[in-house]
Amino acid sequence: MFTLPELKSDITVNVISDAKKSEAIRRPVEPVGKHFLHHAQRTLRNHTWSEFEKIQAEQNVKRVDESNTDPDEALFDDELADESLLEHDPRDWKTADLYAAMGLSKLRYRATENQIIKAHRKQVLKHHPDKKSASGAGLEQDGFFKIIQKAFETLTDNNKRAQYDSCDFNADVEPPKKGTEYDFFEAWGPVFAAEARFSKKKPVPTLGDLNTPKKEVEQFYSFWHRFDSWRTFEFLDEDVPDDSSNRDQKRYTERKNKAARDKKKTADNARLVKLVERAVNEDPRIKLFKEEEKKEKERKKWEREAGARAEAEAATKAAAEAKAKAEAEATASAAAKVDKKKAKEAAKAAKKKNKRIVRNAAKEAEYFGEADKAAAIEEQTGFIVDSLDDEQLVAVAEKIKADPQAAKQVLKDASQTLVDAKKLPASVLSYYL
Amino acid sequence: MSSSPIIGITFGNTTSSIAYVNPKNDVDVIANPDGERSIPSVLSYVGSDEYHGGQALQQLVRNPKNTIINFRDFIGLPFAQADVSKCAYGAPAVEVEGKVGFVISRGEDKQETITVDEVVARHLRRLKLAAEDYIGSKVSEVVITVPTSFTSEQKEALEAAAGKSGLKIVQFINEPSAALLAHAEQFPFEQDVNVVVADFGGTRSDAAVIAVRNGIFTILATKHDTNLGGDNLDNELVEYFAKDFEKKNKSNPRTNARSMAKLRTHASATKNTLSNTTSATISIDSLADGFDYHASINRMRYELVTNKVFSQLAAFIDDVIAKAELDPLDISAVLLCGGVAYSPKLTTNLEFMFPESVQILGPASKQATSQPNELSASGAALQARLASEYDASELAEALSPVVINTPHLPKAIGLVGSQGEFYPVLLAETSYPVQKKLTLKQAKGDLLIGVYEGEHHVEERTVEPTEKEAKEQDDDEEEWSDSEDDEPEIIREKLYTLSTKLMELGVKGVTNGIEVVFNINKDGLLRVSARDLKSGAVVKGEL
Repeated sequence: MFTLPELKSDITVNVISDAKKSEAIRRPVEPVGKHFLHHAQRTLRNHTWSEFEKIQAEQNVKRVDESNTDPDEALFDDELADESLLEHDPRDWKTADLYAAMGLSKLRYRATENQIIKAHRKQVLKHHPDKKSASGAGLEQDGFFKIIQKAFETLTDNNKRAQYDSCDFNADVEPPKKGTEYDFFEAWGPVFAAEARFSKKKPVPTLGDLNTPKKEVEQFYSFWHRFDSWRTFEFLDEDVPDDSSNRDQKRYTERKNKAARDKKKTADNARLVKLVERAVNEDPRIKLFKEEEKKEKERKKWEREAGARAEAEAATKAAAEAKAKAEAEATASAAAKVDKKKAKEAAKAAKKKNKRIVRNAAKEAEYFGEADKAAAIEEQTGFIVDSLDDEQLVAVAEKIKADPQAAKQVLKDASQTLVDAKKLPASVLSYYL
Repeated sequence: MSSSPIIGITFGNTTSSIAYVNPKNDVDVIANPDGERSIPSVLSYVGSDEYHGGQALQQLVRNPKNTIINFRDFIGLPFAQADVSKCAYGAPAVEVEGKVGFVISRGEDKQETITVDEVVARHLRRLKLAAEDYIGSKVSEVVITVPTSFTSEQKEALEAAAGKSGLKIVQFINEPSAALLAHAEQFPFEQDVNVVVADFGGTRSDAAVIAVRNGIFTILATKHDTNLGGDNLDNELVEYFAKDFEKKNKSNPRTNARSMAKLRTHASATKNTLSNTTSATISIDSLADGFDYHASINRMRYELVTNKVFSQLAAFIDDVIAKAELDPLDISAVLLCGGVAYSPKLTTNLEFMFPESVQILGPASKQATSQPNELSASGAALQARLASEYDASELAEALSPVVINTPHLPKAIGLVGSQGEFYPVLLAETSYPVQKKLTLKQAKGDLLIGVYEGEHHVEERTVEPTEKEAKEQDDDEEEWSDSEDDEPEIIREKLYTLSTKLMELGVKGVTNGIEVVFNINKDGLLRVSARDLKSGAVVKGEL
């Protein structure tokens, strides 16, 4: 055995820092084996030794855990769930909690056949009368063992187990109390999960959560509204007496049992209906869906009325437009009237002026050198002026204005026109013709 | 474990083996449908039929021209570099597209030219089928072993051939490391050791000196001899039998290739029998000229006949140790694998040659497997199992040169003992980063931890043999002469001397032992810390 030398001088740490270590040689290592892969892990992930050891240790623990424990074992009860079972009268085994007796109080209806067999073996090893007598108790104190055997017998027979499971009220989950505060899904999920065990139809939809789509929620409730249960209450039947004793008594008991069974079944169905009803009422999703529906309806209504609304809008718009138009027209017409009046007045004034021009034309031209006939000229000019229409008057006036000396000729032409037009008789205009 | 396990394949010139780690975590060496666990690497063609393994090997007598043997070493090699004399007894190798190929006649006037790549692919496909039959699920990934002398071109060619047969090569591992891995899995090394892994196959011998440090292997030296192997033993034996036959029947079987092929097959079988029994018979109907041949041979005769080859084999191991610049004293064990390892003579020869400190791990040793020819396949399977726990990318990363090329200590680092002697903690050739704990339970009082580099040398002392020893050897009925006993015995010892002093740590008041931890990180920083197991006080030094 190697021993260390004794410490002679007072050294704690003395590093010869200038000591020359021999140069390292680089060589490839063989990439095989777990040690190499560990080395690779350390190198690639930059783990320190202590980190690496920790990781390894954790992995080892996990591996040991995985390999050593039977996953079923963890689901069994470590200790008897109900100590009073030990004192339970084996003759009243029907009233005992058989799953608890088997150490399956956590699994109950979920326990597989294999688990039941395993659990039974475990319980027998613990509670066999031979074991008990070894620890002092008398052999006759085997009540609990008898219950275990009865439980095993019941739970390994499919029919009997179904009957027992039907009446295993310990597995029922009570719905939350009304008027208390609770999370809907947390409280109701287990309730439905427990009720689902009686479903003839599998799989049973789950309650889901707040984000479950509407379709699934509806499916869920329609499933539960139409729930088909295999639950029977035969297990609670009163024992039918041997038919040798009294046939009537036997028949009576049978009838009574059947009636009781039916009654219980009806009650159970009613209970379930009520339960589902309550859940529907409390379901926040249903409320949400209703609200959504309402909103949707409103939106639809809004959309449906869109046409009428547009029409009305168009009508008011048209009315307003019409009104505006009318107003505009009114003002325009008023302005036009004024204009017309002005124009008329102007035209009148122009006419007057023209008339004066024409009337005075003869006078201006000094009656064309025939002053003696002045009265006749004036009279006849007056006839012309009065007989000429507006246009002719303007034309004549223009001509006269343009050349006052030619006035006689102009008036002559005008009178000729008038006579031709038969506006004036030629006799009246004797001077000009 | 994934549904399709990764299997390990050892693909040898003479035989191939497949192995996998079964769900019970045991290594299963897979037998082919003929029940052969070491499957002859032989393909034979008769008409449109293809024979593989042992069935093909039998064709070597009847149908040698269409029986392909010893093709492993040709893969990936240009024709010029291939030693085509290896397949002299089977289908002759010809040059095809610069590579080695074989011309096989399939039925009447039909010739098929196949390259060695195709041959390998067909061989691997057969192995794959055998594995799938055995495991019962598809196999698509393998770890394959290659000799250390395989070049990257050869590996690439092998990978391509494997790809053709529907196998993805997850990792190539060296045959000696695979063998050592399988051995270490069964018989773990308690200390850091140097091991010679000697693989004596049918046609070639490979040896490697491997340093095992904390479970990590480093190959220090390798040696290959492609002309030394079990076939040499066969040749000697064939020659012996041929002489005997000629003497008995006045007929020379050597002139007839078919007679020789028959003799060779039977001699090989006899050789194998002699590994297990002290005498064996050989009987061949109509060996040559209608003469039957029956003979029996005992192991002693066989060993005398083949003595030359055995001494070559032993010398081969000695050479590789010399090549690694080590002394036999540095070697803790010689791990024998390959078919020749079954011969008891090899083990006795080596035991005689090496000092007692060298363990000979042959099939006779209790400390080694009794199936030395399955070692490397088992190692490949173990590696495959490990590899299956990693992603492909993780594995590729782990195989990158950054990880594989690690610095190694050139000299041992250790502590100085109470007599001033050197106690090596980290041996030379230890790759780092490394951490090693040394627990000294008996340590008490104030202690000095002197950390030194150590140098070792071999000292020879001459000691007159004592009477007792002589008497003991008289009792033994071994074959060596008595005269040897009288010679003075030379005792060689491996000694360490202190070299460079690195650091000193002082620990006081130890009552219940201390734990000394040596740690070298990847930059070569040496950290030594001593922890009092009782008080938990730690003294640390860094260099």
